[in-house]
Amino acid sequence: MKPILLTTYTATSCLGRGLDEQRQALKEGKSGLKPCDFESVDIETWIGEVEGIEKQVLPPCLRQFNCRNNRLTQMGLETDGFAEAVRLAAKKYGADRVGVFLGTSTSGILQTELAYRQRSVSTGALPDGFDYATTQNSFSLADFTRSYLGLEGMAMAVSTACSSSAKVFAAAARQLNLGTLDAAVVGGVDTLCLTTLYGFSSLQLTSSGPCKPYDVTRDGISVGEGAAFALLERFDSWSAPAGSVLLLGVGESSDAFHMSSPHPEGLGARLAMEAALQSAHLSADDVGYINLHGTSTPANDAAEGLAVLGLFGEQVPCSSTKGATGHALGAAGAMEAVFCALALTDQWLPGSPGTKQLDPAVNLNYLLKSRRPNAASPLRYALSNSFGFGGSNCCLIFGTSL
Amino acid sequence: MNKPLQAWIEGVGFCAPGLPDWASAEAVFKGADPYVASPTWLSPPDRLPPAERRRASRVVKLALALGLAAAENSDAHVSTLATVFTASGADGHNCDALCAQLATEDKHISPTRFHNSVHNAPAGYWGIATRSMAPCQVLCAYDASFGAGLLEALAQVQHDQVPVLLIAYDSEYPEPLFSKRPVPDCAGVAFVLSPARTARSRAHLLVQPTRDSAETLNHEALETLRQQTPALRALPLLRCLALGQSRAVCLDYLPPMQLEVSLSPC
Repeated sequence: MKPILLTTYTATSCLGRGLDEQRQALKEGKSGLKPCDFESVDIETWIGEVEGIEKQVLPPCLRQFNCRNNRLTQMGLETDGFAEAVRLAAKKYGADRVGVFLGTSTSGILQTELAYRQRSVSTGALPDGFDYATTQNSFSLADFTRSYLGLEGMAMAVSTACSSSAKVFAAAARQLNLGTLDAAVVGGVDTLCLTTLYGFSSLQLTSSGPCKPYDVTRDGISVGEGAAFALLERFDSWSAPAGSVLLLGVGESSDAFHMSSPHPEGLGARLAMEAALQSAHLSADDVGYINLHGTSTPANDAAEGLAVLGLFGEQVPCSSTKGATGHALGAAGAMEAVFCALALTDQWLPGSPGTKQLDPAVNLNYLLKSRRPNAASPLRYALSNSFGFGGSNCCLIFGTSL
Repeated sequence: MNKPLQAWIEGVGFCAPGLPDWASAEAVFKGADPYVASPTWLSPPDRLPPAERRRASRVVKLALALGLAAAENSDAHVSTLATVFTASGADGHNCDALCAQLATEDKHISPTRFHNSVHNAPAGYWGIATRSMAPCQVLCAYDASFGAGLLEALAQVQHDQVPVLLIAYDSEYPEPLFSKRPVPDCAGVAFVLSPARTARSRAHLLVQPTRDSAETLNHEALETLRQQTPALRALPLLRCLALGQSRAVCLDYLPPMQLEVSLSPC
């Protein structure tokens, strides 16, 4: 594919708000995880909660969108000057030439969970104030973002569970390269809710402590939340500054195996990584860092590890950042895309807080601690994996312009 | 959208209340048969393994039947075909059961209900049924879901020069969510879209944005279905296809952006 420019980007997670807080925590190997104290949830597990979501107040004209997920959406948009950059792009190209492609797994389902507690005793009806379209529906964050930024072009939500906000990069890149758009807001937002905490617990996929990806004693995920966005434009090597971050390749595949377990040999994962390399016109040897999906479940890390070993061998530095952020589910793909962008611009490879003893069955060059790339081989290309329920796989490759 | 998106329509799959397949819809559009309202008939998901087949929900049966019907009428093989699923919601009955359970003291939900709650559950079962490891996109754009799916499917056809199966579908919520989101029944449409004309092409399709109003249907029952079911915002296009008309038709998308679809029968 033709390279796509990440004009600006931002991320908010339990590590903090904005790029500087992510960058500092990742370098120092800090984790934002804490024992679960969310809402009424009574599960022995740890979570990655974003601070300050409750303080967000939506504009009066958009208050029907008020729910935890859209408050975090607004918080993310108003970080690192992102909303302002999008408004400038809309002025430059026209509001109908800027698209919106956002990923989510559960959108505002928490609002419905709370509304069910307030059902009428006599009729069973949900409270009058509950608005399905602007909160629970998977599109609500994209609808909110489009209205909030004053955009009038195409918009869609991708909802493929935990690969959602990686796949938005692929969808937007196609439209940009076909010339149907001039810019695109991509990203993902997911927030804590009862469905995912009790759901992953029911599958025995939540860790009782902070998650520890690729550790020999890993026992499940720490559910997190977050918002990450990027503004994408077609890349013009004459106008983009040297060192700009580019999306170079995308690869998508399906496991066709099971709804909630990965293919045991990571076959679908491998297909996605191969497709991304082909799309970027790169070979496996070119890649200098892999941000693994690395959820910390026994099955995911074993399958992904096998796929990475098979394709890249034992040498390429890699890590999962979910020990720092938890698993932000539908927001994880975009968040980890931003972490790859930071690795490229800062020349820092993030480590894996929580992981102590690597699983000997997966003999990867796994980074426990953050470090700079070797002086002899600065980081040029970084790859990010995202996999989801339903066997949905997506791999993105980023690089820097010379 | 300076450059229009385009593709050739091969297979068509269709299902709506009173219209169990594309042949019955064509007959009603042509005036050969009257429209007779009845609950949507969903064919059993024979291609799923026995355990999954027994537990398949209405929305899974719907999406699988639509996709298989469209693929049957094309040169494409489901085991290698890229797919775009688009729906305004997921499994409404499953969602109601989860929210009801989570509102009680005992919040321990069923693991199967949880993995079936994801918006891409029908797409996941499609993969299991067809053994297709091809790329699979799953979208939601509320009432604009058909338009979003069409834009993404056409972009894949044109960008990657491969055939793509678009499956647009919606199913109902039970009460109390039904009062907040009154989609009446299961319904949807599927197309196999290809980058070049083949012996089985039915029409050429060219899509560009417009700010016009969407075309309506001068048939009361069908117009009601068009308005109630996001996937059936495609009905004016399907009517043109059934009648073999060569003209532009405006479909609802996302205000102020609408889609002008120019159809040329083969």
